[in-house]
Amino acid sequence: MHNNQQGKMVAWTDFERATIKDIFSKIDYEIVGPAAISRCLIVYPWTQRYFAGFGNLYNAAAITSNPKVAAHGKVVMQGLEKAVKNMDNIKATFTELSTLHSEKLQVDPDNFMLLGDCLAIVVASQLGKDFTPEVHAAFQKFLAVVVSSLRRQYY
Amino acid sequence: MSLTEKDKAAVKSVDAIGAEALGRMLLVYPQTKTYFSHWPDLTPGSAPVVSHGKQIMGGVTEAVSKIDNLRGGLLELSELHAFKLRVDPSNFKILAQTIMVVVAAMFPNDFTPEAHVAFDKFLAAVALGLSERYR
Repeated sequence: MHNNQQGKMVAWTDFERATIKDIFSKIDYEIVGPAAISRCLIVYPWTQRYFAGFGNLYNAAAITSNPKVAAHGKVVMQGLEKAVKNMDNIKATFTELSTLHSEKLQVDPDNFMLLGDCLAIVVASQLGKDFTPEVHAAFQKFLAVVVSSLRRQYY
Repeated sequence: MSLTEKDKAAVKSVDAIGAEALGRMLLVYPQTKTYFSHWPDLTPGSAPVVSHGKQIMGGVTEAVSKIDNLRGGLLELSELHAFKLRVDPSNFKILAQTIMVVVAAMFPNDFTPEAHVAFDKFLAAVALGLSERYR
């Protein structure tokens, strides 16, 4: 019996799988997506360079109430949901998205974890004490795999 | 002058934040465990983690009092981290993020985007102050 998959697969424990699915079933995409993107644009303002067409990003209040920012937050959550549904092959699931971010959007991949950090903070504030250290660790691992997959098509 | 219940709660929460953040960091970013191989127990809530978490937050609180001169005010702590502990400065950012996650979980309504950016800037400035003596 041998493993004929290309490259290494991410090894998820049962706890990690269950935790990721549980988090994404509990959080409201309409709240978490927009909140995470807004925070990223507010806390790391250089990320605004990728959203020049979004209109008023002048201050925190403008960013938080900007409808294009909110819409994009939901798009991001839908992308993450694909990863949640394909946890054993996030790499392949995000091949197109990775190419999009590198070739069309030309996003510096170091920015991916900035959004990831903001997501962790928003999810933590949503789940409160349910965001235990173990749940946090599983979520961070998921983010790391997502970010790594998005980085893959950068040459 | 004596401490009100609210004062005591705030101080206790700072210690709790430190203990929680350190314990989480060791679990969420396992590479950080390499700095603590001399501890018998690295699990969240264990005695060395709780006590060391308090110590770290003591440092952060000291930084708050020196907020107008972080580069100069943290020289001793910087020398400790540079010459004795030799912590790679990338880990300062990791701990900063973990502290903020803990604060967000404990005080979701207070950790607004505005508070978040201010706190992130502050912790980044503390990290710079700690890196001052590195080379």
